[in-house]
Amino acid sequence: MAYSEKVIDHYERPRNVGIFGTTKEVKERKDVGVGIVGAPECGDVMQLQIKVDPKTGKIEDAKFKTFGCGSAIASSSLATEWLKGKTLEEGLGIKNTQIVEELSLPPVKIHCSVLAEDAIRTAIADYQRKNGLPVSEEAHHH
Amino acid sequence: MAQSVKTPIYLDNAATTRCDPRVVEAMLPYFTEEYGNPGSRNHRFGWASEAAVDTAREQIAALIGAQPKEIVFTSGSTEGNNLAIKGAAAMYAKAGPGQSGRGHIITAMHEHKATLDPCKRLQKEGFDVTYLEPGADGIITAEMVRKVMRDDTILVTIMWANNELGTINEVPEIGAVCREKGVIFHTDATQWVGKMPTDVERDNIDLLTFSGHKMYGPKGVGGIYVRRRRPRVRLVAQIEGGGQERGIRSGTLNVTGIVGLGKAAELCKQEMESDQQRLLALRNRLEKGLSGTLEHVQVNGHRERRLPNISNISFGFVEGEGLMMAIKDICCSSGSACTSASLEPSYVLKSLGIGDDLAHSSLRLSMGRWTTEAEIEFAIEKITWAVNHLRDLSPLYDMHKEGIDINAIEWQNH
Repeated sequence: MAYSEKVIDHYERPRNVGIFGTTKEVKERKDVGVGIVGAPECGDVMQLQIKVDPKTGKIEDAKFKTFGCGSAIASSSLATEWLKGKTLEEGLGIKNTQIVEELSLPPVKIHCSVLAEDAIRTAIADYQRKNGLPVSEEAHHH
Repeated sequence: MAQSVKTPIYLDNAATTRCDPRVVEAMLPYFTEEYGNPGSRNHRFGWASEAAVDTAREQIAALIGAQPKEIVFTSGSTEGNNLAIKGAAAMYAKAGPGQSGRGHIITAMHEHKATLDPCKRLQKEGFDVTYLEPGADGIITAEMVRKVMRDDTILVTIMWANNELGTINEVPEIGAVCREKGVIFHTDATQWVGKMPTDVERDNIDLLTFSGHKMYGPKGVGGIYVRRRRPRVRLVAQIEGGGQERGIRSGTLNVTGIVGLGKAAELCKQEMESDQQRLLALRNRLEKGLSGTLEHVQVNGHRERRLPNISNISFGFVEGEGLMMAIKDICCSSGSACTSASLEPSYVLKSLGIGDDLAHSSLRLSMGRWTTEAEIEFAIEKITWAVNHLRDLSPLYDMHKEGIDINAIEWQNH
């Protein structure tokens, strides 16, 4: 199966790879929301970390690390790009179908986009919980 | 890098091999000059192609220690396994169709689908099937077979060498157990024949499946060995028609393919020893090169009882399909099934008790007659780079470095 040009681009030059701190450190940080979704036995694990500016309520930075195929890496890389500069509410507006469209994912790779959307929701919910905000929506489980 | 290599490099010889140019050359006249049907018994074209088929039968018989009459040509190993398994089951069934208790068949969990699916079909049709679970080393031993043998066992079908791992089952010993109990023994020798010494007499084999394209011959042709004496093994035909191949496999013979298969067998016999030694050196270099510089590298399957040309390696914390994308100049296979809808990794690796995470992290690299040292050095360098690169991207590797036990986490399965 051939990958689309955009998947290859994100795979070869992934945007925003990294972390804002170790698992322990980010757990303590109120300005960081973490979403870890997937499972090693399914062949995909995505970790998304968002850093929120408490003054503006906007996502000022986002980082990812992903264990998975090229489409999973590209979906999470794209998610970090889209999240930057968005409010939490705008972030929750990102839908997996938009990721599918942007990356031209074939049907067998749609789960990669679903996982990316889940990672976004989980990270935002984590930030909201840490800051005593009402939690918008939990990630849907499959 | 010492030598430059032409990319992409091909390390998927367990999937298929390049057809040897000497094989192609032998085949060519049978397309355009000697194009007769061997079934045409009364003219020169028929005689010429029949003679060519006879020669091929001799070449293959010589490779496996059989008599030419014991070779039946098929379209390849999938057909060969179907014919051997279903054909033997139907012939030796203890009860007729539609009844239960038709007989017991022994096979293994990590056989090829071309064995497992016919066995599943037979289960639906009233046969009992035992699927042996291999040990962690992937080997099926004679003792395992002996333990599950029953009075109503009619067939044992165990592959000689595993296609994903290259591990070698105890075939001559299993054959001896079957002989002792008077049970028919079939072995799918697709990955074995042409690469390793085979003697159906010494190795106690009744039925053996082989394929052309795994041994530098053409695709679409293969065959089975069917023992004719001590004991005489009989099969119920699965494809009926013109009565070719003594009625066991009807259909006009694929003369060009058969000529190629014969030539490939002859070349394998000549070059087996040198090929074997060269491939073993390459495989050892590959595994040493990779595990020498990378951590968390695991070679799957028995370390010694393996074909010299197949290496199945797991790279912890890296997903196989993602890895293949990073080494796109190296053509190989992965145990990860991320492309399939099921998300299930290789059932072969799972049957060895290898965790799903490591099964998703595996590559199968298989070498062949034209694999060079320079290609292996290139592969070591590329794979090492790619694994390090993907570990930098891997949240699992971070967790591991932080001392978190990945297996202890409650993952959100999806």
